[in-house]
Amino acid sequence: MTQTSSIDPKVTSRPTRTSGRIARLLYRNEGLRGYLLMSPTLIILTVGVIIPFLILLVISFWTRAGVGFDTTPSLANYARVVNEPMFGILLGRSFWMSGIATVATIAICYPMAYFVAFHVHRNKMFWLILITLPFWISYLLRVFAWRVILGYEGVINSSLVWLGWIKAPLEFLLYSPTAVIITLTHAWAAFAILPLYVSLEKIDKSLLVAATDLGDGPVARFFRITLPLSMPGVIAASFLIFIPTTGDYITPALLGGPDGMMIGNLIQAQFGSINNWPMGATLSIILMLWIAAVALAFLYLTRLAQARIA
Amino acid sequence: MSAPTFLRRPNRVLSVYAILFLVALYFPILLIPLFSFNDSIYVRFPLEGFTTEWFGQLWDRQPVWDSLWASVKVGLPVSILSTTLGVLAARSITRDRVPGRSAVVTFIMLPLVIPTLIFGVALLALLSRLGVPLSLYTVAFGHLIVCLPFSVATLLPRFEGFDRSLEQASADLGENGWWTFWRVTFPLVMPGIVASLLLTFTISFDEFIMAFFLSGNETTLPIYLWTQLRFPQQFPSVLALASLLILFSLPLILIGMWISRLGLHENTTKGAKT
Amino acid sequence: MNGNDAYISIRNVSKFFGTFQAIDDVSLDIAGGEFFSLLGASGSGKTTLLSMLAGFEPATQGDIFIDGQSMDSVPPNHRPVNTVFQNYAIFPHLNVRDNIAYGLRKAQLPRAKRYEMVDEMLELIKLPGYGTRKAHELSGGQRQRIALARALILRPKVLLLDEPLGALDKQLREQMQLELRLLQRKVGITFVFVTHDQEEALALSDRIAVMQGGRVLQVDTPAGLYESPNSRAVASFIGNMNFFPGKLRRNGTAGAVVETEGLGSLRLPQAPNGQPDGARVQVALRPEKFDLSVTKPDDRPSVEGRLANAAYMGERSHFYIAIDGREEPVAVSAQNRLRFGAPPGSEGKLWLSWSADAVVVLDAE
Ligand SMILES: Nc1ncnc2c1ncn2[C@@H]1O[C@H](COP(=O)(O)OP(=O)(O)O)[C@@H](O)[C@H]1O
Ligand SMILES: [Mg+2]
Repeated sequence: MTQTSSIDPKVTSRPTRTSGRIARLLYRNEGLRGYLLMSPTLIILTVGVIIPFLILLVISFWTRAGVGFDTTPSLANYARVVNEPMFGILLGRSFWMSGIATVATIAICYPMAYFVAFHVHRNKMFWLILITLPFWISYLLRVFAWRVILGYEGVINSSLVWLGWIKAPLEFLLYSPTAVIITLTHAWAAFAILPLYVSLEKIDKSLLVAATDLGDGPVARFFRITLPLSMPGVIAASFLIFIPTTGDYITPALLGGPDGMMIGNLIQAQFGSINNWPMGATLSIILMLWIAAVALAFLYLTRLAQARIA
Repeated sequence: MSAPTFLRRPNRVLSVYAILFLVALYFPILLIPLFSFNDSIYVRFPLEGFTTEWFGQLWDRQPVWDSLWASVKVGLPVSILSTTLGVLAARSITRDRVPGRSAVVTFIMLPLVIPTLIFGVALLALLSRLGVPLSLYTVAFGHLIVCLPFSVATLLPRFEGFDRSLEQASADLGENGWWTFWRVTFPLVMPGIVASLLLTFTISFDEFIMAFFLSGNETTLPIYLWTQLRFPQQFPSVLALASLLILFSLPLILIGMWISRLGLHENTTKGAKT
Repeated sequence: MNGNDAYISIRNVSKFFGTFQAIDDVSLDIAGGEFFSLLGASGSGKTTLLSMLAGFEPATQGDIFIDGQSMDSVPPNHRPVNTVFQNYAIFPHLNVRDNIAYGLRKAQLPRAKRYEMVDEMLELIKLPGYGTRKAHELSGGQRQRIALARALILRPKVLLLDEPLGALDKQLREQMQLELRLLQRKVGITFVFVTHDQEEALALSDRIAVMQGGRVLQVDTPAGLYESPNSRAVASFIGNMNFFPGKLRRNGTAGAVVETEGLGSLRLPQAPNGQPDGARVQVALRPEKFDLSVTKPDDRPSVEGRLANAAYMGERSHFYIAIDGREEPVAVSAQNRLRFGAPPGSEGKLWLSWSADAVVVLDAE
């Protein structure tokens, strides 16, 4: 072989040895290699998510007996949930409240996402960070802020009294479903922007040009092109808000009062002050089932929306 | 993709809306620092004068320091561990053709969507069955589950952002997997790692629900704050503490978000040039 | 240099991605010091085959031997090959010098020695003084050379190049082709060169393997491929080709005749191997093997035709000649030796003739 240069051949010669059996197995089997790398994460999530859920499921078939549990499997807790109206009312109220909060959040965020996607041309990243920043501030503190605003002696009441518009503070502001819904909407707005923005940004601008060329004005263009094409984002955002808000604990606990309680508060109470873990487990399982059902519905809706687009 | 001029025409109504949106988004949060300097134990208008008394009160309170220390003791290992695991997971998700990939990703991302409350009570049930006493360790474990999806979500775009052939080139030039990671992969995903460390630390530092269910005697800062909410006379000092929390976490988050996105942007433009 | 022994030996290699078969039972022998090209359309499996040589992908079936050693289960970092990637894969976080010196870590040389070697390499690729440039400050051509230097500095026994010139503009590409060929001669390393550009493959290679759908259709020298393609696919992938369906008639040992649609009865100097008497075949003739004339030539086979269409291409013109018994006109390529030379017999009938030894007989599809 001709010499390229003065490089000493032994310097760079590499042994073509085959490494150990494990290395060989990993080299040939990409799936195994992948799962080996993921295994710490998967083990932790199994121990921290799957096993706890299975235990929760088992406990939900137990019943409380004094301070301990009666571990004979029974459907008693589930029967109670079906028969006692209190549970149904609370579940229904949770879905209803988070449903309204979800719709309100989407309605408020959509124009903002639209603005950033279509009317911000420079520093988009700055805008996105500015909008999503509050989401990273402690959820507890964001809820707490609304207590400051809506409180009996809070910002709104004291301002109105100070301005002389009302004589006595309005009592319905705090400790009401409205307070919870307002707070949930505010708390999740920063989060809803992202999926909405992404779906709007993805829209091929030439479609809008084409629609205009074919005679659509801005309004018709929005309803015939932009809105349908951004539907996947709307659905994703709804899902991402609806699920966690349904099971929220902090907001109703701090702002809900008796009328604004949600299912999360009841679950917490079962594990806390009421000390009926089997009942708490049952409610958690029901909430999970509900989430699974909603997830499937959203999945179906997404498919539908995408099928219409494609 | 740049839109044609007629689509880019500024829309005044929308611009005003955007300003109002931002005001509404930030106004409630900014009230907290505002009132934390107000010289009144009532949170109400009109403001009654400037004071740093509430901050001074915090300074002298041992439980504040204890819970702050507890939060740091939980947050640091959680962020390091979840980022490390996130790097491993993101690497194998993007680089190896693993069967059931999308199912695994969905599974890892679950804690992002499912209410933390359910994870909290489920973990509580597990720990009590196993007879594990509640402590900062159990809180950290809970936080790990909350933080993992954020780490993976922050790191995934990083790994997707550079070409697989760079790692192949390293192997081709004689480096094994270990050295390839340290000489090529690590430097290229570094911004994602920093972002993940900052974001997960902040999440753990601010997290309430897991800590609420899984704390033993030692409690983290958010739990301390929660217990103080019951006492109306403590309200101003709670405000002061909340202000400090916001003040502390905002820069971390800003830097984290900035680093994670800035780097990505750079990378893609570089990729486009080749 | 020992050019006859197979230095790389690919034995019945197949590769599956899930259920999709990207490489289908490929066997190839590549000699030491050879400039060997893999030529095929995009998606034909060239990169996949190269990845298996480099070790990025293990073969699903079969084995690869390099210098007599089985590469089964040998990871890329232990193979005596280096790669120039399709996108060059220049490390963006390192400067040019550290890119080129990347593979020298294990040699544990003093820094001065390393830098000296890098400088030699920069000299070789004609980029002296570029050591401290950042990766993103380089043009496409410069990246390509640096990728080359980075691989060559390790003095591999085989260099794998995946469409290394594909990202360059035409002029630079032609210049680099020449340099690449000279470089290969100089360093005497076996090159396995992937390209989808037939002209590039013909110009550079000692031998070429034509690939399609994960299979190797033919392996031959450039002239062998061009003049004696073994299938319609190879014939039409490399250059242009006219095909005439026909039937083979063997005359014992004396030779054979093909009765074609369009060209009449063609006498073949040697009987082709393989096809039995009466087999359906196709006769292939390249456009430049035809001649056009106004009068019937008496020393070579010919048919009468009519000019259907003509295209002026500068150095040559393409004529399309309609003939009886055939729907598609015959493509003929003629050099424009005369300035403003009108096509012969452009007014009316003309004669299409060819030399008998230019005829290629292929299996009917
Ligand atoms: N990692 C992979 N997973 C699945 N299919 C692949 C993968 N790599 C290549 N293929 C498929 O294998 C075929 C051959 O690809 P490739 O070798 O890249 O072709 P070429 O380099 O000749 O253009 C293509 O159809 C491609 O889609
Ligand atoms: Mg390719």
